[in-house]
Amino acid sequence: MIPAAFDYLRPATLDEAIALLELHGADAKVLAGGHSLVPVMKLRLAQPKTVIDISSVADLSYVREQGDKIAIGAMTTHYDIEASPLLRDTCPLLTELAPQIGDAQVRNRGTIGGSLVHADPAADWPAAILALDADLEIAGSNGRRAVKATEFFVGMMETVVQSSEILCEIRVPTTARSVAYVKFAQRASGFAIAGVAVVVDGANKTVSVGVTGVAARPYRALAVESVLRGKVLNRDAIDQAAGIAAEGVEPLDDIHASAAFRAHLVQVNTRRALEVAVSRG
Amino acid sequence: MKTVVNIRVNGVEQKHEVEPRTLLVHFLRDCCRLTGTHVGCETSICGACTVLFEGKAVKSCTLLAVQADGSEVTTIEGLAGDGRLHPVQEGFWERHGLQCGYCTPGMIMMAVQLLERNPKPTREEISHAIEGNLCRCTGYSHIIDAIEYAARKIAEVKK
Amino acid sequence: MSAAKGYFGKPMKRVEDPRLIKGIATYVDDITLPGMLHAAVLRSPYAHARINNIKADAAKASPGVVGVFTGADVNDKCGLVPCASPMPDSKIPKHTVLASDRVYFVGHPVAVVVAVDRYAARDALDFVEVDYDPLPVVSDPEKALEKDSPLTHPEFRTNVAFTWSVANGGLDAAFKRAHRVIKQRMIHQRLTPMAIEPRGCVASWHAGEGTLTLYTSTQIPHLVRTLLPGMISVPENRIRIVAPEVGGAFGSKLNLYAEEALCSHLAQRLGAPVKWIESRRENAAATIHGRDQIGEYEVAVKKDGTLLAIKSKTLADIGAYCQLNTPAIPTLTGLMLTGCYKCKAMRMDVVGVYTHKMATDAYRGAGRPEATYVIERLMDIIADELKLDPVKVRLKNFPKPTEFPFDTLTGLTYDSGNYQGALKKAQQISNWNKLTKQRDAARKSGKLFGIGLSTYVEICALGPSKMMSAGGWEWGCVRIEMSGKVTVITGATPHGQGQETSFAQIAADKLGVPIEDIVVMRGDTAVAHYGRDTYGSRATVIGGAAILMCIDKIIAKARKLAAHLLDTKEKSVEFRDGKFSAKGKPKKALTWKQLAPEAYVAKNIPQNWEPGLEASSFFEPPNCTYPFGTHIVAVEVDRDTGEVKIVKYVTVDDCGHQVNPLLVEGQLQGGIAHSIGQALFERTVYDENGQLLTGEFMDYAMPRAKDIPEYLMDSTVTPSPSNPMGIKGVGEAGTIGATPAIANAVMDALSPLGIRHLDLPLTPEKIWRAIAPVKVK
Ligand SMILES: Cc1cc2nc3c(=O)[nH]c(=O)nc-3n(C[C@H](O)[C@H](O)[C@H](O)COP(=O)(O)OP(=O)(O)OC[C@H]3O[C@@H](n4cnc5c(N)ncnc54)[C@H](O)[C@@H]3O)c2cc1C
Ligand code: FES
Ligand code: FES
Repeated sequence: MIPAAFDYLRPATLDEAIALLELHGADAKVLAGGHSLVPVMKLRLAQPKTVIDISSVADLSYVREQGDKIAIGAMTTHYDIEASPLLRDTCPLLTELAPQIGDAQVRNRGTIGGSLVHADPAADWPAAILALDADLEIAGSNGRRAVKATEFFVGMMETVVQSSEILCEIRVPTTARSVAYVKFAQRASGFAIAGVAVVVDGANKTVSVGVTGVAARPYRALAVESVLRGKVLNRDAIDQAAGIAAEGVEPLDDIHASAAFRAHLVQVNTRRALEVAVSRG
Repeated sequence: MKTVVNIRVNGVEQKHEVEPRTLLVHFLRDCCRLTGTHVGCETSICGACTVLFEGKAVKSCTLLAVQADGSEVTTIEGLAGDGRLHPVQEGFWERHGLQCGYCTPGMIMMAVQLLERNPKPTREEISHAIEGNLCRCTGYSHIIDAIEYAARKIAEVKK
Repeated sequence: MSAAKGYFGKPMKRVEDPRLIKGIATYVDDITLPGMLHAAVLRSPYAHARINNIKADAAKASPGVVGVFTGADVNDKCGLVPCASPMPDSKIPKHTVLASDRVYFVGHPVAVVVAVDRYAARDALDFVEVDYDPLPVVSDPEKALEKDSPLTHPEFRTNVAFTWSVANGGLDAAFKRAHRVIKQRMIHQRLTPMAIEPRGCVASWHAGEGTLTLYTSTQIPHLVRTLLPGMISVPENRIRIVAPEVGGAFGSKLNLYAEEALCSHLAQRLGAPVKWIESRRENAAATIHGRDQIGEYEVAVKKDGTLLAIKSKTLADIGAYCQLNTPAIPTLTGLMLTGCYKCKAMRMDVVGVYTHKMATDAYRGAGRPEATYVIERLMDIIADELKLDPVKVRLKNFPKPTEFPFDTLTGLTYDSGNYQGALKKAQQISNWNKLTKQRDAARKSGKLFGIGLSTYVEICALGPSKMMSAGGWEWGCVRIEMSGKVTVITGATPHGQGQETSFAQIAADKLGVPIEDIVVMRGDTAVAHYGRDTYGSRATVIGGAAILMCIDKIIAKARKLAAHLLDTKEKSVEFRDGKFSAKGKPKKALTWKQLAPEAYVAKNIPQNWEPGLEASSFFEPPNCTYPFGTHIVAVEVDRDTGEVKIVKYVTVDDCGHQVNPLLVEGQLQGGIAHSIGQALFERTVYDENGQLLTGEFMDYAMPRAKDIPEYLMDSTVTPSPSNPMGIKGVGEAGTIGATPAIANAVMDALSPLGIRHLDLPLTPEKIWRAIAPVKVK
């Protein structure tokens, strides 16, 4: 219940934050909403010497149009996304997913950036970020770089964000309504055991499928996508494609769901998500 | 190293010297002696510690007091105004929404935020809203009744 | 204010609520005493290990630390954790407050740090170095009985902790006569009570007086006061136990725990109050667990569904040692095994087995949920095998209402009952015919839809002293204060069940005073001198009766005073609506407010009349009470994911007269929620190394609001003859009655697929594996 002692810093600018991260190196941790970091600190699974709170850094919390994309500041909370009229109209996958994260209190504090960098294999956002093929902008002492969602997740709780970098923005495309997120939740924690996000692009006859909770890192179900490319999305086609949603992945196995059950659930939820998305098209 | 944290709690300025690692819930309970906010777990699940932070329901066990420096916090003790119960408190009383009472302050604070955002929630919406609050005594039905009661009461008062 | 009456039976809101909803009630962690120190307990990460050495120097040097204590420092001064209900052949290990040379479950206390605040105490835990040698572990009770199994307590040379049997009737004959013998193995998974408030205590030693005050989150302050002297050698009359507001317990605080004695000892030793508050992880690992039986059950039946006999061999996995009532819990299963049915013969053999896990003990229902689950599952399995209607099979075996009091084979006497009545009413409310049609239609359209039924009876209001280890009575005290206000004191220690309200209702009616004039006090042995506390759904029934006895005594005494003051004969004094008057002269009546000052000023009292208006009483119940009822549940099972959705929930419960129907409903709904958890997802999981995998709310799934169905709740009223109010306990009925109804509904939904039985919890994965056995790679 009680974290180990640490020093607390609250920089006001991004540059200052990055400088502090460089200075304190691996002993420092960025604190965003704190809803992943503080729980692990309370259990003393994480014991950073320095905590750098980026909540006072200007302009990290926003949802705004930027060219043909929607830009979301990394410090935007799950709730602000859930309640964003702009996203509801332009990228409804995110507003559908947000209320399925944790609980109301968690959504009031937790941030999309924190969730993505924390890269819990059971976190929800990664599924949508992958399905939307989002761009993620990362700031470091050498300036900013953008990476594709598919390159962002490296492994279990590991991303391309280095310890002295800060994720500052997520850019998603606008989509039609033909999207869906279907989640099978771990009962006790609420995290995803199998979460599937689907974007159906009716015009181009393509789908993209992001999967979370199932494997050590979230993934795009490329096999499903390629089978369905150019196809009419009728029941048979969907059934068939969903059947290969776990192909080539090594599912996690724990007391909440065996590997076999996870592999099964991802197929069910892929089918369901595709059906819902198509019905909305 | 200790630092001074200044939080307006229930409208009263609370200035205390604490370690950066001090959790908001301990700031409230130990420094402010406001013990209505409870602790039921260390994994941020149970919601017994829920308070309003800048008007939003948060789990005060998952916030550092330093993060709340300079902000406004409302706890269960600050809810009843002028000796009159808040409609949500009244609802919990009228509809037997509590037994041991341990989850109750957090439940009530959560319900207050819900009704601010959604004044006429369905039973399903209420259940969704209190997903972050565990109660082991009541089996929730009466809690949902209590929140429905409060919603009606608030609507009546507004009329 | 006019004398009010008619509180009994009204759905009144609770008098205890204002302080709770305002956040100004006092739970144990809210108590701060001057100079108070904080304790933190270091616990074993191993299920079984030898402790070679403990180095505490660095911890002692940690800032703010006052002391660090190990088993070697305290075990000779702080006695063994008691077990109050050993069986004749029990092997009870020496359970010291801190481990001595060996730990035998994950969470076993090894050392305690005392520091100036909780942060400092927690920090120092990281500096205590313990050198462990891991030893072989057994966490499976069946493996524990194998020849070469690791031993939980090597000194016993066996993992068998005790054996116990109950038997009656000609078993062999009954099985010979049977048309059919049906066997089923059932596993009652281990559960964790998980009260939202963890345990905790504050011990305060008053050196001048030589007295100890222990504030502790407990259901049983009086039993703690009885037992604690055996551990810390402070005599009973120098100990005061206070159970302040208690944040839920469900049996988990029906114990004397090591930490309570330890803090008491440390407060004495350090000359300062010591507080210890359990973390959730500690609570999951080192507060008692519940259930955990494995049984092989066999029933003998006639082809018309008549139950002839039932027998069972049961393993109770009791964990690593015996807490207060550990061995007694499976005996309650045995006593209730025949449920609400007539039966010619029965036998149950229990083997209690030690494993390297936390001890089991009473968790809501305590042994009875297992019994009800077994017999109600068996009723459905019998119906299924004999192609009979499960309702008819039950009706065939119920005793008739005229057969009560009904003697069971296990030696109990069910006080009163009308099982047919509750079943019929529940069927009506559930719209039974329509519901079965709905099931048929759903099945036709390919859905997995099931209806389940449970007709339960349970034993509660425990109990006559002859069946309890330390008295089954309850104590109460009523005082008409000089002002005419009324103080009611109960030894029953309610903690959330609402007796501050229901006892006030009872007393107000009986005394004829407005309920506002009454205060009910509880939970402090300095106030409630005696008591046997709250467990086994006993407080209202037995505690309430004790209060009525007190009031009878006071009225009798007041009648004498009134006769004196009214200048009439005692016999001709009438007491009605809170007023004493001479027969035929109702206008010249005396109220309590008028009598009370006379009683205490005592200048104008009858000769030899003892001043004051106070009485205390011990109520000894002649029997337990046996509430019953019917639960009907309809579920839909998701074929793809195995998820269960409860689509209908009907209950008709009979707890005799209801003092406060709102509280009864609350108790039932709360109890049913525990059942929903047990039936569908709750389980305590240890791996084969004895590691606890459900040690946090992150991993131990409990019901949330969205898991709760809409209820249709009703009741029948069959008064109990065992107490003056005709009431029965209701605190556990929901948990006892509901689980089998839910399980039966799910099994009914799966029955078209030829699935006969799955063990609880019926998790999606378990159901999925049963319905779609896929090739697992
Ligand atoms: C009870 C509970 C239930 C939950 N349920 C779910 C759920 O169902 N689904 C789900 O997806 N999540 C769930 N979460 C996690 C929640 O969504 C977190 O808010 C989120 O994972 C982390 O975001 P944060 O802003 O709180 O990050 P923090 O906790 O502040 O940080 C997390 C990690 O990311 C780093 N970090 C944060 N922001 C940045 C940044 N901008 N740049 C670089 N590094 C950064 C931090 O250093 C830290 O290592 C739950 C959490 C709780 C407490
Ligand atoms: S104490 Fe459990 S969520 Fe805060
Ligand atoms: S009332 Fe006891 S936990 Fe909710």
